[in-house]
Amino acid sequence: MANFDINKVRADFPVLTQKVYNKPLVYFDNGATTQKPLQVIEVVNRYHSELNSSIHRGVHFLSDQVTNAYENAREKIRAFINAEKASEIIFTSGTTMSINLIAFSFGDKYVHKDDEIIISEMEHHANIVPWQMLRDRKQSKLKIIPFDDQGILQIDKLPGLITDKTKLVAVTHISNTLGTVNPIKEIIRIAHAAGVPVLIDAAQSIQHTPIDVQDLDCDFLVFSGHKAYGPTGIGILYGKEKFLEAMPPYQGGGDMVDVVTFEKTTYNVIPFKFEAGTTNYIGAIGLAAALDYISSLGIESISSYESEISRYATEQLDALGEITIYGRAPEKSCILCFLIDGVHMADAGMVFDKLGVAVRVGSHCAQPVWQHYGIDGTLRVSLSMYNTKEEIDYLCQAVHQVKSMFS
Amino acid sequence: MVATIQEVQKDIIDEFVVFDDWMDRYNYLIELSNGLPEIDPKLKNNEYLIRGCQSKVWLNAEYADGKIRYTADSDAIITKGIIALLIRVLSNRTPQEIINTKLEFIDTIGLRQNLSPTRANGLLSMIKQMKLYAIAYDAKEKKN
Repeated sequence: MANFDINKVRADFPVLTQKVYNKPLVYFDNGATTQKPLQVIEVVNRYHSELNSSIHRGVHFLSDQVTNAYENAREKIRAFINAEKASEIIFTSGTTMSINLIAFSFGDKYVHKDDEIIISEMEHHANIVPWQMLRDRKQSKLKIIPFDDQGILQIDKLPGLITDKTKLVAVTHISNTLGTVNPIKEIIRIAHAAGVPVLIDAAQSIQHTPIDVQDLDCDFLVFSGHKAYGPTGIGILYGKEKFLEAMPPYQGGGDMVDVVTFEKTTYNVIPFKFEAGTTNYIGAIGLAAALDYISSLGIESISSYESEISRYATEQLDALGEITIYGRAPEKSCILCFLIDGVHMADAGMVFDKLGVAVRVGSHCAQPVWQHYGIDGTLRVSLSMYNTKEEIDYLCQAVHQVKSMFS
Repeated sequence: MVATIQEVQKDIIDEFVVFDDWMDRYNYLIELSNGLPEIDPKLKNNEYLIRGCQSKVWLNAEYADGKIRYTADSDAIITKGIIALLIRVLSNRTPQEIINTKLEFIDTIGLRQNLSPTRANGLLSMIKQMKLYAIAYDAKEKKN
């Protein structure tokens, strides 16, 4: 860990220095959203105060500057995930919009009655509901790859689920509840062997682990800016050119058109075909700054530090006893869902809050995961590169306090 | 003489004023949860359930002698403690009293967070449900 200076990293995040209820803030809700480093805050500030102008439209100085910055951001995102072309990077509002765009547009073109989409049992609602809506529109089917009680995806079941009616496999890279890191390369290999394209939900992985879309050979990959130290309201849809070219536009409006007459409209080329209306260009520029920040620290260093604190957190919680951790996959990210035996999650969460510890309580937008275990939900500690072992020790003290109050 | 709703709310505010630590406030709510009269176990079913994302609440209302008597329960203890306060304020009142009451005490004692509109714990829905019962019984009374 010689090259990862945690104190320097923490100093980049102004939010972390504050107190809540007179206690130092311990922010463990990074799976929901991450805090923003000064490097992102300053860029977003600068664009709002000095360089704001609508992109692709004006011929004037400011518009030109911002348009360049926006397209540079696209190029940075391309490089970050090693896409072949910048035109394969679509700016959206986030992971949810990216998946909805694919479900509507890809679904419209390729999915018909009795066709099948395969997802997994551990998906976030954002990778379930759009496919159910598609199913209801097209009378298609939804099939599920199950996970076992350890939280390991049973990918040996995948070949049996794929038929000649299967049009897409859409799975999460890292579960937002179980923390499982799924073997997406293998999933893609299996699906491609049957000629089925694959969508990867990278909302919980882009900030934690290196991603190379050409090496993976995934057909679509989606993620959100705000979970990767960037601004809210910006997200990415990566798609292979051959699909993006073939797919119809998702929304109509400005900038996505070529020629508009009342009789007929022809569409702009990709990526603009999928970017109707005034996009969140400052968000896009802010996201590029966030990815620059990640790169400056090194995603490998971040990943290795996060594995260390995640292992520590698991060991410490296990050592406390009377705690049930959900998700014990050997390949696991820094997400820990757990319950304190005999204590309701809502009670524990409220006490944690007043001790300054921010965790998430509930189903974490993945109700089918908890249906698997027959519970309503859990507490969730989702760690990030700025969390420390001291904070985990403090969490353990908070667990003690909760136990003394409720059991 | 029975205390008015306003008097009961003021009593509760006075009880909580002494706590300067959140854990004391929560410990008091835990104590209050133990004193909440039990809801008929037969009523703890989906018909009486108000589902929150984090915890569940069950609520029943009975009308007799011009007054509404509420019974309720929750699977989470702090929520149950807040329910005990709501019942102390609103139960055994006339529909008109319940309809016209502004529940100020929750805000004043610092528990507003528990009334988030994101249906986290079902409490906001529970208060709405309590008022709906009052409106329904009031309408029924006027008809008779």
